[in-house]
Amino acid sequence: MIGRFPALAGVDLDVEPGEIVLLRGPNGAGKTTLLRVCAGLVMVSSGEAVVLGHDLVARRAAVRRRVGLLGHETFLYDDLTVTENLDFWSRAAGATMADGRAALDRLGVATRLHDLPVQALSAGQRRRVSFAAMVCRRPELWLLDEPHAGLDAPGRDVIDELMRDAAAAGATVLFASHELDRAHEVATRTVTISGGVVDEGAP
Amino acid sequence: MIRDAWLVLVKDLRLERRAKVGLAQVLPFAVLVLMLFAFALDPDRGVLERATPGLFWVAVLFSAVLTLQRSFGVEADDGVLEALRLSGMSPAGIYLGKVGALTLQLLVLECVLALGVAVFYGTVFRGIGLLVVIAVLATVGIAASGAVYGALAARLRSRDTLLPLLMLPLLAPVLISATRGFEIGLERQATEGWSWAALLGVFALAYLSLGTILFRPLLEDA
Repeated sequence: MIGRFPALAGVDLDVEPGEIVLLRGPNGAGKTTLLRVCAGLVMVSSGEAVVLGHDLVARRAAVRRRVGLLGHETFLYDDLTVTENLDFWSRAAGATMADGRAALDRLGVATRLHDLPVQALSAGQRRRVSFAAMVCRRPELWLLDEPHAGLDAPGRDVIDELMRDAAAAGATVLFASHELDRAHEVATRTVTISGGVVDEGAP
Repeated sequence: MIRDAWLVLVKDLRLERRAKVGLAQVLPFAVLVLMLFAFALDPDRGVLERATPGLFWVAVLFSAVLTLQRSFGVEADDGVLEALRLSGMSPAGIYLGKVGALTLQLLVLECVLALGVAVFYGTVFRGIGLLVVIAVLATVGIAASGAVYGALAARLRSRDTLLPLLMLPLLAPVLISATRGFEIGLERQATEGWSWAALLGVFALAYLSLGTILFRPLLEDA
């Protein structure tokens, strides 16, 4: 519920490990809300949500530890450097700084940028660092809200590669995008949301 | 929990080292408050000397509000609070880490303010042992209660004005106990001062316990 209005209603969606599912729909359709529900950040007011085998109401903490969310915000401390941010978020998730560095390399964040404060980076570079902070946690469920936004063509290619690699390794990827041509190339299934309702048969 | 507390403490101190908000803004503000009191009360030097403990702790409380606003403001930016909720870190660990970082920053500020009252008010510090114990306990109490209310107000647009309204009335017992303890400490009547130190210890312990329990729901609602 957002205020008195249901943000999602009649959502019936099963996603299997190894799938890359594209959520599409107009602005305000409920895509972001669905991703946040799956991350355990928004509670469902009725119905059942089972993520990674756990009931979201009863085992929210267990779900959150295994989920990676890339949202519209960076989830980074602006005043800390790239390295300091990755160090904090990777250790917080029980990973190591080596995982963080590997993720930065994979995302193409140049070494000369590692000691700069995040606020000094371009929006595209911040997006890459944000993605690296998520990837280094090795989540089993990837929840990506407009993952290609703000990235140049090579950056978008890397994101697509990462999504395919994660799915091949058995993770589940659920992402929302308005860049449908590119999104359809990487997705193994498309789900349309409109007015808070899932319509898997939509064209 | 201890590992998470240490991570958050180190991160908060790194943030201060990078942004220097405490050093460049809060510390000059606190010294300015002391100076303004000195200008206002200087014609009657006796009043200034008698009021020194109270003025010192009022300056500390005002500075603590600014430090807390900064400490929780950075968590509210760019969705960091949500990232903390997803991180898998223990909420109690996050709370204790923030209390630790706030305590260290406020203790450094108090050292500079002590130098300030020595210079501007001519204060001579005598019962050092009691003064240090009271300063540490009062600071832990301020940080422990402030972190609870900082988390409560973190997501609100009105947090900058709401936080002092929530915090300052609550901290009246700390202000009174720390002021009385300092008065006694400065007069070398240390034996009488330990009861005030004990009261500060109880306050700090109560809020540390409360915050450790309450931080999970506070983080969820923030």
